Amino acid sequence: MSEGDEVRGNLLYGPQPDVAGASGYPDAPPRMGFFTDTSVCIGCKACEVACKEWNAIPEDGLELTGMSYDNTQSLGADTWRHVAFIEQRKPFGGQEPGVAHEDVDVFAAAARLGTDAASPGPGATAPPPGPAPEGAPAGQISPLSPDGRTELRWLMASDVCKHCTHAACLDVCPTGALFRTEFGTVVVQEDVCNGCGYCVPACPYGVIDQRKDDGRVWKCTLCYDRLGVGMEPACAKSCPTDSIQFGPLEELRERARDRVAQLRAAGVTDARLYGENPEDGVGGDGAFFLLLDDPEVYGLPPDPVVTTRDLPDMWRHAALAAASLAALALGGFLRRPR
Amino acid sequence: MSESDVTRHGVQGTRPGREAPTGTRAGRRRRRRGRGEQPMVPDATFSSYYGKPVLNKPTWKPLDIAGYLYLGGLAGASSLLAAGGQVTGRPGLAAPAKLGAAGAISLSLAALVHDLGRPARFLNMLRVLKPTSPMSVGSWLLAGYAPLTLTAAATEVAGRWRLLGSAATAASAVLGPAVATYTAVLLSDTAVPAWHEGYRELPFVFAGSAATAASGLALAAAPTAEAGPARRTAVLGAALELGAFRTMKRRMGLPAESFDQGRPHLLLRAAELLTAGGAALALFGGRDRRLALASGAALLTGSAALRFGVFHAGVASAEDPAYTVVPQRERLAARGR
Repeated sequence: MSEGDEVRGNLLYGPQPDVAGASGYPDAPPRMGFFTDTSVCIGCKACEVACKEWNAIPEDGLELTGMSYDNTQSLGADTWRHVAFIEQRKPFGGQEPGVAHEDVDVFAAAARLGTDAASPGPGATAPPPGPAPEGAPAGQISPLSPDGRTELRWLMASDVCKHCTHAACLDVCPTGALFRTEFGTVVVQEDVCNGCGYCVPACPYGVIDQRKDDGRVWKCTLCYDRLGVGMEPACAKSCPTDSIQFGPLEELRERARDRVAQLRAAGVTDARLYGENPEDGVGGDGAFFLLLDDPEVYGLPPDPVVTTRDLPDMWRHAALAAASLAALALGGFLRRPR
Repeated sequence: MSESDVTRHGVQGTRPGREAPTGTRAGRRRRRRGRGEQPMVPDATFSSYYGKPVLNKPTWKPLDIAGYLYLGGLAGASSLLAAGGQVTGRPGLAAPAKLGAAGAISLSLAALVHDLGRPARFLNMLRVLKPTSPMSVGSWLLAGYAPLTLTAAATEVAGRWRLLGSAATAASAVLGPAVATYTAVLLSDTAVPAWHEGYRELPFVFAGSAATAASGLALAAAPTAEAGPARRTAVLGAALELGAFRTMKRRMGLPAESFDQGRPHLLLRAAELLTAGGAALALFGGRDRRLALASGAALLTGSAALRFGVFHAGVASAEDPAYTVVPQRERLAARGR
């Protein structure tokens, strides 16, 4: 097997280092993608808004869910970026818990100002910090308050189409409306899509969906129009904290590994990457994430596998079943020996 | 909502309000309905995003697509009976089978086009041929198969061009089994747990169901003297369908639950009874015309109920995050991560 065959191999499953090349682009630019670092997401939804504005996506229902600040709910035909909100009774990294002040009478405290060393008056320098709570690692703040309570944390994460290395939506599209771009992303051609809806249940992440009044399917294009002229996608451009980072996938993966190491060293042991591994069930995502909890907490599948991995086996079983059906009918016509 | 009241002292009632523990919401674990079978895996707790589904559920209209699964199977297996009837000199069996195949596949095509978001673009289905897309393969299959069955039926009605009619009948019998079973791949090649996890057995379920539907039509329409092959095919088909379906549920793991709950459960239970009853009537009913009619009707309805049951079970399994998350978690645990 020559090297070219190896690159072109793994069309349905497994690592695929040259995804654009395997789709027939001989001199493709590097594969582009997103690295969404949820540890710095502030839930501002600028990405959702920028995406809607740039791509002229129609309104998708003005509902209040009542479950959280997330009224967008999920990705779909008219939602290509979705910011998830999760509240948890867990400390976030070096957060200082147990600092509620319900038992402090502020007026009494104000009256005592300047009367003793514990409450210096205006102009005094800050008092020296008290001793760290018991069990706290040296030089760090304990995630536990003195009475053992933990505080809550908010997880926010901007979800998007993963632009899979092995994209089920693209594989099953019967019209060729979904295609692989030279940047290794997956895009729907809206002038070809006939709205058969096959890609909708094929997506292991629940990303692509049908626009009801339009009939066709829609999803994130990774701003193919902007990429073509050397601009970054609208969501990444608008992100105020650089939670959404855009760039060549190889570079993003390297940056993400560094970031996880940095976070872990800082005590955020929950930090993990999701979708960056080319060995995973979809051959690695073009848009991957740094998460602070299990993927399913964010509404992401923990171990997605591209359904077409099993397609050769499916065809084999169907062929066998077709042969059985023919044999069964033949058996019906055979005269019993008398 | 109505379970709680806002009072002077805050929210009273069963909703926990600000005391609600956050981030611990487990998905719904509905109880299995009464009868028999044991859960294949213990009820697991799992995390989800406010219980919302991970997958987007299929947008297909049940009547169009489940109806197509049924009619496609009916047509494909009818082509086999038509060819068999023609070869063994049973014109009374061949004629309704040919007409049934042509009628069913015409209705199928109408349903498929109707289900498209952009029906006017149905010809885009033949824009490319993609082996990775069962729908593309199926479109080309139907593009070849439908004209053949229509030719076979037209020559049968016209009573002329016998040679052309025989050739079309034979060719449609070659494509028929593929038309009847590829639809299983169509469903399985998705992320829908109850469809994908059954990909090994579903083609056999559909093959059996196609055989019972076609022999049901033949039993109802053909003279009893010529319906012998249809009776035997009905029994063999019912055995294949019911056996393969049980095997599928047993091997599937957690998503098999979606076959045993709610509407899919009712449909599939009805399918089981109708198919088994229809096959038993076909076997023991002898040459009684009324019993043959009843048997045929039961088999036709049973096959339809099976297709609708499988369709709705798939949709239900996509709507519940448990069927997506729990098997994947177990897979990860088995790999030791």
